[in-house]
Amino acid sequence: MADLIAPETATVPLDPPYRFDDYRSTVLRSPGKALVVPPAGLTELTGPVFGTGDLRETDADLTVHGDGEAIGERIIVHGRVTDDRGKPVRNTLIEIWQANAAGRYIHSGDQHPAPLDPNFVGAGRCLTDDEGRYRFVSIKPGPYPWKNHHNAWRPAHIHLSLFGRAFTQRLVTQMYFPGDPLFFQDPIFNAIRDERARKRLISVYDHSVTSPEWATGYRFDIVVGGAEATPVADEEA
Amino acid sequence: MTEFLYEQDDALTASEGLTPSQTVGPFFHYALPYEAGPRVAGPERPGSLVLAGRVLDGAGAPVPDAMVEIWQADEQGGFVTEPGIYAEVGASGFRGFGRSDTDGDGRFELRTVKPGPVPTRDGESQAPHIAMSVFARGMLRRAVTRVYFDDEAGANAGDPLLRTLAPERAHTMVATRVEGGYRFDVRIQGERETVFLDVFAR
Repeated sequence: MADLIAPETATVPLDPPYRFDDYRSTVLRSPGKALVVPPAGLTELTGPVFGTGDLRETDADLTVHGDGEAIGERIIVHGRVTDDRGKPVRNTLIEIWQANAAGRYIHSGDQHPAPLDPNFVGAGRCLTDDEGRYRFVSIKPGPYPWKNHHNAWRPAHIHLSLFGRAFTQRLVTQMYFPGDPLFFQDPIFNAIRDERARKRLISVYDHSVTSPEWATGYRFDIVVGGAEATPVADEEA
Repeated sequence: MTEFLYEQDDALTASEGLTPSQTVGPFFHYALPYEAGPRVAGPERPGSLVLAGRVLDGAGAPVPDAMVEIWQADEQGGFVTEPGIYAEVGASGFRGFGRSDTDGDGRFELRTVKPGPVPTRDGESQAPHIAMSVFARGMLRRAVTRVYFDDEAGANAGDPLLRTLAPERAHTMVATRVEGGYRFDVRIQGERETVFLDVFAR
């Protein structure tokens, strides 16, 4: 028999459980049966490769796509992507998306009565460099209300999607900001039950990256797993 | 309606370790799906087929705000090492990766080819299969499965993953041959729940 691991214990305390009833949408969208550990197949141990070819430099700056300046606090978000052995994950794609300074997404489904900003695109992409480093220029997103429960507000956050080196390392997560007063009531953030793990999603204000008279800096480092199972050719190159 | 009060210890610092997952949320559509995303293979490539299906929740209702991604070998069992996922794949090209969001009916659609045989890391042969991730609002982590093919009965019978599962469970990972390709529904929860995998890393 394949090894069977209950969904709740498969990767805890790291990841949130599939089902976290306080976040109501998980109730019908959570697998209930035990996860199955497949044999280590090469399909899962490989993944798409990235190059600068399909990115433009300006893809990493969410504030330069309009005719004027985007509204809000201009920020630089940077960090390093490493694997669980501390090795940099090079040339991996990071896609981000977020609300604008008023807490509104450029999405037809966002009904929050806050203004859109024609000078803010709300989505960006970049590749990590040889040291696993990435850098975006953006606007600090605003918090916004949602209908999960009475007076529910999402803390300000930036969504990140990254690939790593292999299918096993694929990660979609959210980056938060230090000192956000809305953490206490957010079931998405708090679905990560280990508080020390949860705090890994809070970026750190980084004055060394703050650019004088231009933008404040935040650092958000990302660690993806599975180094043991993935090819090492890249890190030895 | 309940309001929540989760205690936060401001003195506590983050521990070292893997970055936890969070939901893709409801507003990813303008950022992640892209025009060429569903085309893993070009329409004129020999063996080109449509892999389509629906993502359904625990009540059997369609999930209209999900995103499905696949990664797979080519017809010979080789993996693409050419960089890039955004450019158009070309009439007879192949890139191994595909991404499709679901429509109002929970339906995703990808154009690809059936992959060749890919062994396990230990060299054991496996039936042809595609790796699939499912993301959605309400899913705090992705759900991972494999897509096998119902016209590979012999290979499926010997597959080191499928053969360990009860037939009715294994069946949930097997796509059904239809006109022009294969149908593969993802049932996130319930009696006929798709088999979901723990792929070691996360």
